[in-house]
Amino acid sequence: MSRRAVIEARGVSKRFVSHSSRATQLKERFVKGLTTRDRGPSEEFWALRDVDVVVGEGETVGLIGPNGAGKSTLLKVLAGILRPTSGEVEVQGRIASLLELGAGFNGELTGRENVYLNAALLGLPRREVDGLLESIVDFSEQAPRIDDPVKHYSSGEYVKLAFSIAVHVDPDVLLVDEVLAVGDEAFARKCLAKIEQFQQDGRTILFVTHSLDLVTQLCTRGVVVDHGRVQYDGDPAFAVGTLRKILGTDRPVGEPSGPAEKGGVVVHAAHVSASAGGPARGRFAAGEPFHLRVECEVLPSREVYPGEVGAVVMGAGDIPVWSMRTSKGHGLPAEPGRYLVDFAVDAVPPLNGAFVVGVQVDHAETGLPLTARRFDDAVWVETGDLPGLLAVPATTTVTRA
Amino acid sequence: MSAPALAADRAALASARASAQGRIRWDLLRQLVSKDLKVKYQGSALGFVWSLANPLFMLGIYYVIFTYVFDAGVPDYHVYLMAGLLAFTAFSQGVGNASTSVVGNAGLVKKVRFPLAVLPLAGVGFAMVQLALQLPVLLVIALLSGISFFGPQFLLLVPALGLLLVLTIALGTIASALNVRYRDTSHFVEIFMLVWFWTNPILYPVGLVKDQLGDLFWVYFLNPTATIVATVQRAVYVEATPIGDDGRPVQVLADPGYLFYLRNLALGFLVAGLLLLLARRVFRRYQVDFAEDL
Repeated sequence: MSRRAVIEARGVSKRFVSHSSRATQLKERFVKGLTTRDRGPSEEFWALRDVDVVVGEGETVGLIGPNGAGKSTLLKVLAGILRPTSGEVEVQGRIASLLELGAGFNGELTGRENVYLNAALLGLPRREVDGLLESIVDFSEQAPRIDDPVKHYSSGEYVKLAFSIAVHVDPDVLLVDEVLAVGDEAFARKCLAKIEQFQQDGRTILFVTHSLDLVTQLCTRGVVVDHGRVQYDGDPAFAVGTLRKILGTDRPVGEPSGPAEKGGVVVHAAHVSASAGGPARGRFAAGEPFHLRVECEVLPSREVYPGEVGAVVMGAGDIPVWSMRTSKGHGLPAEPGRYLVDFAVDAVPPLNGAFVVGVQVDHAETGLPLTARRFDDAVWVETGDLPGLLAVPATTTVTRA
Repeated sequence: MSAPALAADRAALASARASAQGRIRWDLLRQLVSKDLKVKYQGSALGFVWSLANPLFMLGIYYVIFTYVFDAGVPDYHVYLMAGLLAFTAFSQGVGNASTSVVGNAGLVKKVRFPLAVLPLAGVGFAMVQLALQLPVLLVIALLSGISFFGPQFLLLVPALGLLLVLTIALGTIASALNVRYRDTSHFVEIFMLVWFWTNPILYPVGLVKDQLGDLFWVYFLNPTATIVATVQRAVYVEATPIGDDGRPVQVLADPGYLFYLRNLALGFLVAGLLLLLARRVFRRYQVDFAEDL
């Protein structure tokens, strides 16, 4: 059964015309209108180009991309605040949006008054807000300050109240733009719990974020936007990998792009397959054989002796799931040349999710890492339908107590 | 209930909610007006009294000038003056408030999706709330001055205020939309209102205009605000030709009957109705770019 589409954006493009080239005063309009028909070359900028996004009911979508990629613009177009230059957007149900800082509060009004005003803007009648006020204030932790004008709130307090309103007005669609980062950790946890509850309620959530771990943790889907286009739309782990490639952060900080050369050793590539020399594979079932082949090169310029080679398979948030190492004394030889290091696993453990591989070559004498490289082409393992990193068989019985 | 029916139900609820979020609701309008009132009078000791003080001071100044400096020659001039002044001030303030309403609420427009047309409406509403507070003061002053307005002519207030509302909404909405793209609009409106003020029989008796224009008197009432002002005066000032200081009757109001006013009101409603249609078109065309232009 296919899900009902809640957000449908088709062929959406958005062009911004720079303010300087836009007649903003009547005078200019007249002067320009009289002197010349041609308004001169206007500086335009396409924030979005031909974007298609269809989000079904109950999906949680993470919208990620570099700064200036068009994420916030897309969110505003979906929220019905900006009109697309071309294309169509349709959203079903009540939309609550938290766009950047602000959320449409009036600084002169008290927190309480802003709650009423904001809820009214979102389409809630006053008597409904009366019933919600207590839980909104409780959740926002602003009870002592609720009758102060919000201009005296800190940015964190501001966001807490705004988030609290947005999640209490019973929205069908929640659009959030990178605001969760502002609150303290305790509040961020509360927000995440609330979002998880929303997921269980089958509500639709779309959020822009730069915390990529959040995407792999929370989202059912990741959409990568860059230069105004959708570069990838699908599995969150792959989305994160795609973005890291775009950003060039798929390597540890400080390493040059391309294969890393450090201490005279280069890790060129890592191939994942089912058998030595077999075709590349991205998807595995539990119990299948798994083979990792790492291509290394010892350069003639090496100054120290390379030692053991290690590989680690990491899950969401770079949690190491299992590690493999060449046995002691059997690492890379000292002679310059290209080497293949093979790691063979008889049976993939019963895991669930997407995994990435990190490779490291150690110093032969000190045992400290000489060079390391991360490969973000995710490996998928699927075991059963139940959530959880590890599929653990359990026998369950139900008896009358 | 079967699962498909439930899904259809949810879809229907969702579309109802989407339209509730896009529709102009009374509840929202009321909250925006009360927000403006709170923001405007917050921290002032006299608070709402200021909304009465302003027109009363204006009234006092005009009264002194046009009674002692230039004699307007109108008996109970203060009642005549106040009736016209309150009606026109509600109009000019309403259009003025509305013209800056979208720009002034940029924070909302750029962050929240809501029916934007409530913004100029709230600006107009603010002026109408003030008028509603000022009118009783006018009536009390009229009574104290010995004018009994209890009569059928008092009912003329209803269509007069109705026309005032429609006209103010129409022009206010147009001004609010234009002001987003052309920020000079609100300044232009301000000056235009100063000029427009004099095309209404507020300070001078309308009888004077009648003498001057003769057969062309009807042209004067092509201006809907002149009709509104003249009708409010007829409703509250009542007597068209009161006895002046010298014992002779003075032609103060335009007409002693009803038909004259009803006819002009009908014309005014026609003009205001057309402006309202225009306002709807203009606002719809411009509102899609508000968030971008602000």
